[in-house]
Amino acid sequence: MKTRLLVTLIAAIAGMSFAHADVTVISFGGAAQAGQKKAYYDPFSAESGIKVIPGEYNGEMARITAMVQAGNVTWDVVEVESPELVRGCEEGLFEKLDYSKIGNKADFVPEAVTDCGIGTFVWSTALAYNADTLKEAPTSWADFWNVEKFPGKRGLRKGAKYTLEFALLADGVAPKDIYKVLETPEGVARAFAKLDQIKPHIVWWEAGAQPPQLLASGDLVMSSVYNGRIAAARKEGRNLEIVWNGSIYDFDYWAIPKGSPNLADAYKYIEFASRPAPQAQFSAEVPYGPTNNAAVGTMDPAVAATLPTSPANLVGAFATDTEFWVEYGEDLEQRFNAWASR
Amino acid sequence: MTAASDTLDPSPARAVPLKRQLRRAERRKNLLFMALILPLAVFVLASFVLPIGSLLQRSIANPEVHDNLPETLELLDDWSGEGLPDEAAFVALARELGAARGTPAIADIAKRLNREQPGLRSLVMRSARALPLAEGTPAQDGLIGIDERWRDPVIWETIKRAGSPTTGFYLLGAIDRTIADGGEIVKLPKEEAIYLDVLVRTFEMSVIVTVACLLLGFPLAYLMATLPVRHANTLMILVLLPFWTSVLVRVAAWIVILQNEGLVNKLLMWLGATDAPIRLLFNRTGVYIAMVHILLPFMVLPLYSVMKGISPVYMRAAVSLGCPPFSSFWKIYFPLTMPGIAAGSLLVFIVCMGFYITPALLGGPGDQMISYFIAFYTNQAVNWGMAAALSAVLLAATLVLYALYTRYLGGNAVNKIR
Repeated sequence: MKTRLLVTLIAAIAGMSFAHADVTVISFGGAAQAGQKKAYYDPFSAESGIKVIPGEYNGEMARITAMVQAGNVTWDVVEVESPELVRGCEEGLFEKLDYSKIGNKADFVPEAVTDCGIGTFVWSTALAYNADTLKEAPTSWADFWNVEKFPGKRGLRKGAKYTLEFALLADGVAPKDIYKVLETPEGVARAFAKLDQIKPHIVWWEAGAQPPQLLASGDLVMSSVYNGRIAAARKEGRNLEIVWNGSIYDFDYWAIPKGSPNLADAYKYIEFASRPAPQAQFSAEVPYGPTNNAAVGTMDPAVAATLPTSPANLVGAFATDTEFWVEYGEDLEQRFNAWASR
Repeated sequence: MTAASDTLDPSPARAVPLKRQLRRAERRKNLLFMALILPLAVFVLASFVLPIGSLLQRSIANPEVHDNLPETLELLDDWSGEGLPDEAAFVALARELGAARGTPAIADIAKRLNREQPGLRSLVMRSARALPLAEGTPAQDGLIGIDERWRDPVIWETIKRAGSPTTGFYLLGAIDRTIADGGEIVKLPKEEAIYLDVLVRTFEMSVIVTVACLLLGFPLAYLMATLPVRHANTLMILVLLPFWTSVLVRVAAWIVILQNEGLVNKLLMWLGATDAPIRLLFNRTGVYIAMVHILLPFMVLPLYSVMKGISPVYMRAAVSLGCPPFSSFWKIYFPLTMPGIAAGSLLVFIVCMGFYITPALLGGPGDQMISYFIAFYTNQAVNWGMAAALSAVLLAATLVLYALYTRYLGGNAVNKIR
């Protein structure tokens, strides 16, 4: 009872700014949300007359857990990443989706269709470098580890996810075997041993906006990046390049927190945002791949070529194993924290 | 007042002795005072004692398995631990997992067991999905048919251990210990241990920041206390101004100043002190600079208030009696400032121990203090048991330190003055 009261309080404070919303849509902010506003929020409001109240979060499930437990849900639609979607769905934090209100399941990429969330775009974590500071282009994660040939600081995301995969790729593990190797204690030790080799050369970043900035300022020679951020930096005239070989792609989903007060409007929003034309427009704003199969056909080929889902960019790329990270994530992140803080 | 003077009416006609009347008046006054502080007491209880209590309780709470698998646990109580439990336990587990299927309870069980041993989550989820067993299948064969791992007695041992109503699992984890399969408490392997180091680091950084604040703050407070009021007030405003600015803003400002292309590096390179920019950001140096800046007012203000109260007559007397200026400062003035030093250091130190945002934004992974990990478990991992356990360890460490401090430093300093 005490904790319930506490949780209610926290949720009430968290939700205060979104009271009296028509449909509250929460996503990760940055360039992607700017694109969502142009492609989804504004046209949806114009078509349906339902106002979209945008909000931002950093993917912390604690916020959603607190709201649902307290029975005071103020978010209607929320963008979530795949491991959080799987966990949240199992823990009953999200509504089970009624696809009759969204569209034909067959119209979407198979991975996009799940019980609690519908994929909205495909994004990728890839290697990027500053083409002004590097004379020769790196082509793989093995080059990322080669500090003699490419001297200078390297950026990686502070966390076990992606970092361990990249280490194993650099150590010569084939993409299809990565998660099999990581499941064994020897594989984990191997990944950390590989990371030990370049530990003094690594600068750890946390927010997606950091690496393009650090690359552009010359603080880093190369870094792992979210591909959308690099496109935004290129628009500003930075000469940053992406190496798609060894990139890891994943889906972001729309989900509805359980107990959303505007369920019907939330479905209307998701239905709109899953149509081909708005998705194509979104991809033109931010180069994340669409999940509606019909969207690519309506797209400018020049735009399509910059997406993680274009056939040329998929060579050497692979999908993150959500099940693996749900299962081993907590343990590996703890292990990573211990390693990184030494 | 009138009521009090009525009862104190010393008329001999009333036989109540004066002593009792006085006591009664005292009691009434005490009740009045207590009524006055009641709102504060309620506030402190509701906003401080209860949340901390519920937090400490969370660090040992263990309801996930205990509440959802009651029958299985009861049967496992009778199990010797040798070989596999008997068929009844398998039947109970199959029934209870089947009942939890598709509800948040199954996720709770899976998450809790996975913390004991990574990999158990998939075992639980996969088994639950395949339940109920086909009519007539023995539960043991059925479960092992779903997943071979049910054949392993260690799994059952783990369920039994995770099923106790309270657990030391999180608290032990917060001091890098764990419960081995045999049940004894063991140290975590070196590559997984982290929190003791982090705790030591938190102390170490707090001590360094406190000393730095003292070294910088003492002369400043002395200057303010000895300058004419007009100038002292200007200085005071300069000390207080950053105090009124949000910590986040000040940290962001330090990022701009300290980065490779920042003011400090540009200045150093222009002066020719260095050729390449010095790394001041995302390492300990940057964290120290910003923390000292943020905490300096906490040191200066108590020092200043104590120094303001020291009469200049003492120093003049010492000098006029032939004591050289430095000795008279060291022997007379400095000991008199001890209460200020004690209060300021304690304040800075305790605030330091809980610092979060400055190291998180300005430091690298090797510069994070314990609060960072509390936030990590609260927001990202959503493992509130671990977050509560780390908070409990931080709270206990701070209290112990505070007790030692008042006993050996704070108390003495005050006594010396008396």
